[in-house]
Amino acid sequence: MSSTWAYFWWVILPYVAMAVFIVGHIWRWRYDQYGWTSYSTQLQERRRLKWGAPLFHYGTFAAIGGHVLGILVPKSWIDAIGIDEHVYHLFSATAGLIAAALVIVGMGILATRRLFVPRVKATTSPVDWVAMVLLGIMVILGIVVTAINAPLGHEYRDTISIWFRSLFTGSADVSVALQAPLYFQIHAVAAWLLFLLWPFTRLVHAWSYPLWYLWRPYVVYRSRKATPPPEPGTGGRKWRKIGTPY
Amino acid sequence: MRPMAQVAMVMNLDKCIGCHTCSVTCKQTWTNRPGMEYVYFNNVETKPGVGYPRRYEDQEQWHGGWTLDKRGRLQLKAGGRVRKLLQIFWNPNLPSIDDYGDPWTYDYQTVIDAPLGAHNPTAHSISALTGKDVNLHWGPNWEDDLAGAPARAMADPNLAGLEDRVRMEFEDVFMFYLPRICEHCLNPSCVASCPSGAMYKRDEDGIVLVDQDRCRGWRFCVSGCPYKKVYFNHRTGKAEKCTFCFPRIEQGQPTICSETCVGRLRYLGLFLYDADKVLEAAATPDPQDLYEAQLSVFLDPEDPQVRTEAERAGIPTDWIEAARRSPVYALACRHKVALPLHPEYRTLPMVWYIPPLSPVADVAHAEGYDENDPDRVFATIESLRIPMEYLANLFTAGDTSHIRRVLRKLAAIRGYQRAAQLGIDPADDLPEQVGASPDDLDDLYRLLAIAKYDERYVIPPAHTEDAGRLMAQHEQLFCSLDTPGGPGMGGTGPEGVDAFHGGASPGASHQFRDDAGRQRFNLFGWDGSGSAPGLFPEESAP
Repeated sequence: MSSTWAYFWWVILPYVAMAVFIVGHIWRWRYDQYGWTSYSTQLQERRRLKWGAPLFHYGTFAAIGGHVLGILVPKSWIDAIGIDEHVYHLFSATAGLIAAALVIVGMGILATRRLFVPRVKATTSPVDWVAMVLLGIMVILGIVVTAINAPLGHEYRDTISIWFRSLFTGSADVSVALQAPLYFQIHAVAAWLLFLLWPFTRLVHAWSYPLWYLWRPYVVYRSRKATPPPEPGTGGRKWRKIGTPY
Repeated sequence: MRPMAQVAMVMNLDKCIGCHTCSVTCKQTWTNRPGMEYVYFNNVETKPGVGYPRRYEDQEQWHGGWTLDKRGRLQLKAGGRVRKLLQIFWNPNLPSIDDYGDPWTYDYQTVIDAPLGAHNPTAHSISALTGKDVNLHWGPNWEDDLAGAPARAMADPNLAGLEDRVRMEFEDVFMFYLPRICEHCLNPSCVASCPSGAMYKRDEDGIVLVDQDRCRGWRFCVSGCPYKKVYFNHRTGKAEKCTFCFPRIEQGQPTICSETCVGRLRYLGLFLYDADKVLEAAATPDPQDLYEAQLSVFLDPEDPQVRTEAERAGIPTDWIEAARRSPVYALACRHKVALPLHPEYRTLPMVWYIPPLSPVADVAHAEGYDENDPDRVFATIESLRIPMEYLANLFTAGDTSHIRRVLRKLAAIRGYQRAAQLGIDPADDLPEQVGASPDDLDDLYRLLAIAKYDERYVIPPAHTEDAGRLMAQHEQLFCSLDTPGGPGMGGTGPEGVDAFHGGASPGASHQFRDDAGRQRFNLFGWDGSGSAPGLFPEESAP
């Protein structure tokens, strides 16, 4: 890989994606809270969702936890608490494969129902399809990486992880990233595409997991108070005209 | 005591003719949008019948509303907060669209475009969800006027315990209509179920709303509401519900369902209630005591102490006056003829119903008796166990004594007025028999039979002045420092600022030259000492 391209994949793309991710979320929050929702289709179809949605989401939580542990937490910290590389890999490969299985089964069920249940398919917007395909690619790449790496045991905590954390120090370390096997590189690069699109899809509902509910009073009261008038063109309202076909 | 105001409704079921005008105007006003095809903020059900969505009243199936835990504390019937967060990806208690019925329209275009031919073209039914042809199995108002009742109505949850005695045969059947809107409960379980905190009860008038910008589509309000009056918009992915037509209420107008009600059976007005007693009332151990418990939460607006406290709590005076004239308070508390729908859900609902006398009167009539003869109707009330128990299951958690009391009172009004009309002496003890004075019966007669628009709807307009004032401050169009000569314009401060604060040197700064060049004196801020030259025009020569 020429150094220019390396620079693009490992420095420019990540920073562009991060900028779009942050600015995109701010924009979406400011102008389209009305569109900020999980877009549940449980009303239309509940039998398959019963298995698909929990499997996918809980599997994803496990996968995210694994990424945090492998990428954000420095290897030295884990070494420091007495978990050596062998034990770590045994654990991460096992847990990773279990999470991968949950995600792929869940995703499979959800994708089938979106593709083949007419009521669900009818509610799917173009950006939903894009998000679904991208998420599908990410999941498959992630599973491939987990499966290939389980026997090979590449220590990504010395390569990809160091590069990822270096992005936040302002001096991106491209050389360590290039030491990682190609399948890791593809997975890492593809992830930025997902982050690029994230703010513009229904994936934003991930930030709204309502943990606050745990300590909120049950009944919420609100009193009338002044609100700024809607600014023209920025209300984000999506009322359709009566009779518009869809 | 912590008085709060609540807009509430009472419906007189005897007057409902099941015309669905309320549903139609409500639908046209609020829910004629894509995603809301199946949504009826107001619907009218024929009872007995399973309702909309199917069997929504069976909380053993849907787990809506509240229940008491083993230690007698109030908790959501669907489970606590942690359980909700764990079930967020799939809500086990959510009705599916088939419980409401696949919303449909017809392919009218085919009929219009059909070429001349031997056969009449037909308009297929098309699903609004998929745009494809559907067969219709169930939908809103499917069981109108007991349609299909012999096959289906026995599944009505209110018939539980009566199954072996009820017969769905034409000669024996009774029926009435039950118009339903959101109950705007004092203890709303939908609000408590919303994990996002997007649902709220308005401080000023108790209307329960969904903040469309904060709803994230977690769907627990839909399953948490035991009346199933929160709906999921399947296009926007947000919950929507009956708004009590708040834009109209704020202007002092009745809701659209009330405004257009042909039978004029709806009453709107205020309740004052003690917010401190709400939870205690909702946690009353015996469900049959919940009706009385809810009555005890309401405050009597004639009580001077209540009025003082209400004033102190910031309730505007005209609202307190409106509460004194409130027809719903009169019907529910003074005359005690209105009853809450399903008090056993423990949400303390605020749309109440006067139970229908007609099923009973019909039977008296069918037996060949005068349905206006109170004695005969009283006897029928006593003997008609099944409608009585059925009504009790709807309105008093199964306690027939309240139903009997209300129906006897309604019968007594008829008898009393009839006697007065015909110039016969009514039985002297008739009012007493039903626990009322002759004046009470007259009052009730006025309220139920001849109350005009402004007596049925006593709605004080919202006080938006304060909000307006805040708004003006918020969107101030210019900076106050930017006046000519002000700090924002390079000066030391606006001219005459001192004059507004009774300046340090009285007199001097109060003088200014007006446009015509005359020396004038500014009385504003004058401390009263010293002279005020130039206050009056110079005396002109005679």
